[in-house]
Amino acid sequence: MSTTLGAPAAISTPSVIALPPRRRGYWAGVARQLLRDPLTLITAVVLLVVIVAAVFAPWIAPADPYKASMLRRLQPIGTPGFPLGTDELGRDMLTRLIYGGRLSLLMGVLPVLFAFGIGTSVGLFAGYVGGRINMLIMRTLDVFYAFPSVLLAVAVAGALGPGMSNSLIALTLVFVPQVVRVAESVTTQVRKLDYVDAARMSGAGVFSIIRTHVLGNVLGPVFVYATGLISVSMILGSGLSFLGLGVKPPEPEWGLMLNTLRSAIYVNPWIAALPGVMIFITSMGFNLLADGVRSAMDLRR
Amino acid sequence: MLGYLFKRLLYTLPIALGVTLVSFTLVYLAPGDPLNAIAPADAPADVIEALKVAYGLDRPMPVRYGLWLVRAVQGDLGASISTGRAVASEVMAAVSNTLVLASVAAAAGVLIGCVLGALAGYNAGSWLDRLASALSVVGVSIPHYWLGLVLTIVFSVKLGWLPAMGAGPGGSGEWLWDGEHLRYLLLPAATLSVIPMGIITRTVRALVADTVNQEFVVALRARGLSRVAVFQHVARNAAPTVLAVTGLQVGYLMGGSILVETVFAWPGTGFLLNTAIFQRDIPLLQGTILVLCMFFVALNLLVDILQPLVDPRMGRA
Repeated sequence: MSTTLGAPAAISTPSVIALPPRRRGYWAGVARQLLRDPLTLITAVVLLVVIVAAVFAPWIAPADPYKASMLRRLQPIGTPGFPLGTDELGRDMLTRLIYGGRLSLLMGVLPVLFAFGIGTSVGLFAGYVGGRINMLIMRTLDVFYAFPSVLLAVAVAGALGPGMSNSLIALTLVFVPQVVRVAESVTTQVRKLDYVDAARMSGAGVFSIIRTHVLGNVLGPVFVYATGLISVSMILGSGLSFLGLGVKPPEPEWGLMLNTLRSAIYVNPWIAALPGVMIFITSMGFNLLADGVRSAMDLRR
Repeated sequence: MLGYLFKRLLYTLPIALGVTLVSFTLVYLAPGDPLNAIAPADAPADVIEALKVAYGLDRPMPVRYGLWLVRAVQGDLGASISTGRAVASEVMAAVSNTLVLASVAAAAGVLIGCVLGALAGYNAGSWLDRLASALSVVGVSIPHYWLGLVLTIVFSVKLGWLPAMGAGPGGSGEWLWDGEHLRYLLLPAATLSVIPMGIITRTVRALVADTVNQEFVVALRARGLSRVAVFQHVARNAAPTVLAVTGLQVGYLMGGSILVETVFAWPGTGFLLNTAIFQRDIPLLQGTILVLCMFFVALNLLVDILQPLVDPRMGRA
């Protein structure tokens, strides 16, 4: 973890083989570790395929995701022209699964990104200031910790009303206290270190101390924690859509598709299960990737 | 020990109070007048005024919160706007159904997780270990509402072995511990049990694998202790962490039950929450969130109280 605190570069004697700076050596090491981990590599490829398909959906998808037809509803998998069948309104399933990744992936990544930004800032502030203000912030957040995450997400999304942006707010609110906790605990540890005291005594300002001495140590653990949240966010976000609290029809989104196809399980059950397969694959991908990166960064205790 | 208990209780009180505040105010985040749910859009102004007074909406927010809190402590959560019945009794009926489901699922999930984790930890590196790790990743990554759907497709639609929906024959809301009702419990409980299983397997595996290699375990073995006796030592070392993780996971399970209940039309709190949200039934929404949350707070307190019993070091501190 203390890789950024390497020996001063000025001391290194000039030699024939120039040693790369320590910092790059660390990330190069992480990359080397990752290349030796086949499971993580396969996972990364699968995730990349899902993400690229979602981003370039208009060029990849074979049909129009909104074009319905009453004549060809709930066609089975393997129907000519519709490789994964059609949904309850006769729309092409393959197309909608490709498009569905757009909103579902956003639901997984955006709340975590927001929570990462807000949570790290609040955590850094609380941890660095310490004392009563820290107590006040952390005890207030403890209240939100007392809510199980699904309940908090459903309650906030339900109170704000259905919709994608309200779901994003709800999920962000679920993750902020968790990120703050991680950022605060690391900041509190780092703040007590001697070199931070040294910086302060040499007259460095608060912001420059945080930027140059504290942030680098805090971002790593918070980043690792946040990567683990992406799959939770996807499952919860699609869950909100599944309840009818998230994305609204006719938008293609995996959770919402599960919801609208639920009534079709007696007609064509496997079509109804397909959107869940996508959520499962993607969330498992993010979990395995987070595990792989974590062990490569060797931050796991 | 008593000092510790006292401190935990004292710490829980402000949390519980904060939870009541959040449960109360959350509902007012919504844009628009809560009266819209009750009064028709073209209601005359005096009717609206009368309704406001009747529901106490004419008073300032802090006063409303205070009155609500005082009544809530006495077990009165107001009347549901959509049905007119007492929220407290509606919530309690739903909570008891959720608890039936959650307790069976938690027991199964924790038990299987512990056994699997211990076996994997004892045989670190074996095929069993790899299987347990794979299962725990699947358990953490699977969208449980989808798992519920797949189980329904397999065991109800395709095989026809188990009922797909409800909590008893004829859609009865009353739960009974008999064979007929248990058939309805099986699929939702199996679905929910996956939520704690993954993390608990992973935790127990890591703890056991770590402890088994420690010197004191080697010394115990060298002294000729039986396998069972050695395991008791290992288990005792793992217990505090496992207990803490179990407490959290059972809480998540209760939350996750909101989604799973929707899949199986189980007449519990998830179902109630859904009704409350889509009918904009504010007292019902506040009451359900509050009661569910209080269960979570109580669960955390219970874990804190049990902690020194399995970890003697904590009682002394």
